[in-house]
Amino acid sequence: MSRWRDRGHHLGIAAFAAGLAVLPLGLPNEYYLTVLIFAGLHTILTLGLNLLMGYAGQVSLGHAAFYGIGAYATGILTARYQWPVPVGVAAGVAIALAVAAAIAVPTLRLKGHYLAMATLGFGVIVYIVLNEATDLTGGPSGFTGIPKLGLAGIPIASDLGYYYVVWGATLLLFLLAQNLVRSRLGRALRAIHTSETAAAVLGVDTERYKIGVFILSAGYAAAAGALYAHYVTFVSPGSFGFHASIQFVTMVVLGGMGSLWGAVAGATFLTVLPELLRAIEDYDILVYGGLLILCMMFLPGGLAEGAERLAQAVRGLLERRRPAAPEGTG
Amino acid sequence: MASPSDLLQYAISGATLGATYGLAGLGFTVIFNTTEIINLAQGEFVMLGGMLAVFAIRWGGLPLPLAVLLAIGLTTCIGVAMDRLTIRPVRGRSVIVLIIITIGVSIVLRGAAMLVFGKDTYSLPAFSGGEPLAVLGASFLPQNLWVGGITLCTLVAMKLYFDRTISGKAMLACACDRKAASLMGINVDAMVTLSFAFSALVGALGGAILAPITLTSYDVGILLGLKGFAACILGGLGNPFGAVAGGVILGVLESLSAGLISSGYKDAVAFVILLGLLFVRPSGLFGRRGAERV
Repeated sequence: MSRWRDRGHHLGIAAFAAGLAVLPLGLPNEYYLTVLIFAGLHTILTLGLNLLMGYAGQVSLGHAAFYGIGAYATGILTARYQWPVPVGVAAGVAIALAVAAAIAVPTLRLKGHYLAMATLGFGVIVYIVLNEATDLTGGPSGFTGIPKLGLAGIPIASDLGYYYVVWGATLLLFLLAQNLVRSRLGRALRAIHTSETAAAVLGVDTERYKIGVFILSAGYAAAAGALYAHYVTFVSPGSFGFHASIQFVTMVVLGGMGSLWGAVAGATFLTVLPELLRAIEDYDILVYGGLLILCMMFLPGGLAEGAERLAQAVRGLLERRRPAAPEGTG
Repeated sequence: MASPSDLLQYAISGATLGATYGLAGLGFTVIFNTTEIINLAQGEFVMLGGMLAVFAIRWGGLPLPLAVLLAIGLTTCIGVAMDRLTIRPVRGRSVIVLIIITIGVSIVLRGAAMLVFGKDTYSLPAFSGGEPLAVLGASFLPQNLWVGGITLCTLVAMKLYFDRTISGKAMLACACDRKAASLMGINVDAMVTLSFAFSALVGALGGAILAPITLTSYDVGILLGLKGFAACILGGLGNPFGAVAGGVILGVLESLSAGLISSGYKDAVAFVILLGLLFVRPSGLFGRRGAERV
């Protein structure tokens, strides 16, 4: 049974990877590629945040801070101190992991809205430091001259190359998240989500797991941030504020909490949607907000649930076609 | 070293700003108590209070008091509409889904304000006179008194409402236990609508009385909402008086750190203190720790 399910999963991922590989062939111009690269970056962050929110049930309203720490750390190290880019990226992720580890212990003792407030406060503090520590970060106007990512000394200058790098990384991090979710750790996390007390009673070290996932999700965010910095080659605090944090939470919930495919769908949808809405100029913000409200009202389980319902409806239709259905449709 | 009159000055301007945070925090608390939702559109109510008053004067030529009342009335209607259209139809969904809906509402309200009123910054005339008053070497505007006075009056009115009226007690009952309240014959749906009306009202009131001191524009709601949320967490979520106290404390902290440390880091200092406090007292200053329900 589970082998069949495994095979289904592997097939799904293989099909997804193949689709991603050929997708650029069908795109009319580079602009679409840029949008898809951002979708990939957001997907990485959303995957991590979904592990925290959807599986462990802990809300973070400050994940843009880790995104920013990853981006600024590698940006500063590679541009100012001429560190090689891969080392810079690794250092960016490592710094974010360290910061997350430092704040995780006191923060995750808080629950519910208090936890949300604490992570929000952390995000605000990081945002202000990015703005005010002008000598280090360049202040509100940002930090330029970040080198492009390179492979074996050759910089990846084309958007197409970067598209494959970003989505390759996304795919790897997706597989990592999937393995985690289906391991002992994943079961423990879901137990914590359902009832922390019950999980603790059953011998799950809830605190350690929550802290571990928090740090891991910070690492995902920082990885996305570091890739962002070497793609755009410019960072400024505006991309890493409260607004961005809220947007990432929205991607998780709209995609579907506790569904990794939902994370891909939510991040991609909310990245592509504003681009589609450009056509209606000033009214885009109204339509965006309106769609968000409607999606959450009618698809509370997110896009993942929507897709599942659609699949069920199709299956139902197919089965109704068959003449010898033993039980009637009640 | 700052002189005592400087400190007084910071305290006055901080408390004035903090009163608005407190009123926004009050709005968060009231909705939280009946629904457990953190209404992230609360800041937009504050923005609407200021902006609608400005435009009632500019476009409608209304006198100031009437403009402020109209702004508060309209915002209250928007609060009710928000509950009826976006919250009531999906009551019972998980809290996080409802919170994302309030984010959607805030995006729509902010976008609509931008389209209707434009992106400029406006100010509202002071309620009475612009001449600063001097006390003990600190100077403040008559508007500071208005803000303090109106906030106090709001608190007294609210206290009376919760203590003396049936619907106030019904609302408290909903906050304690919605299921039990509904078994006692309290119409919980109506109470939720009322709580949205109430928090839109106090939010708009805060926005209107603050607009003469700080300027207002379509996007001030984000920051004010954030501070309001911080205020009610600081005071202890669920406690309306804690929310106002938390707002004033936050405002004074901000203003002191702007004056004594650095204006760029003022919000950072306030949030560092807030975080430190949460780590020591995980349910806020005046929050009940209570037994956790399993």
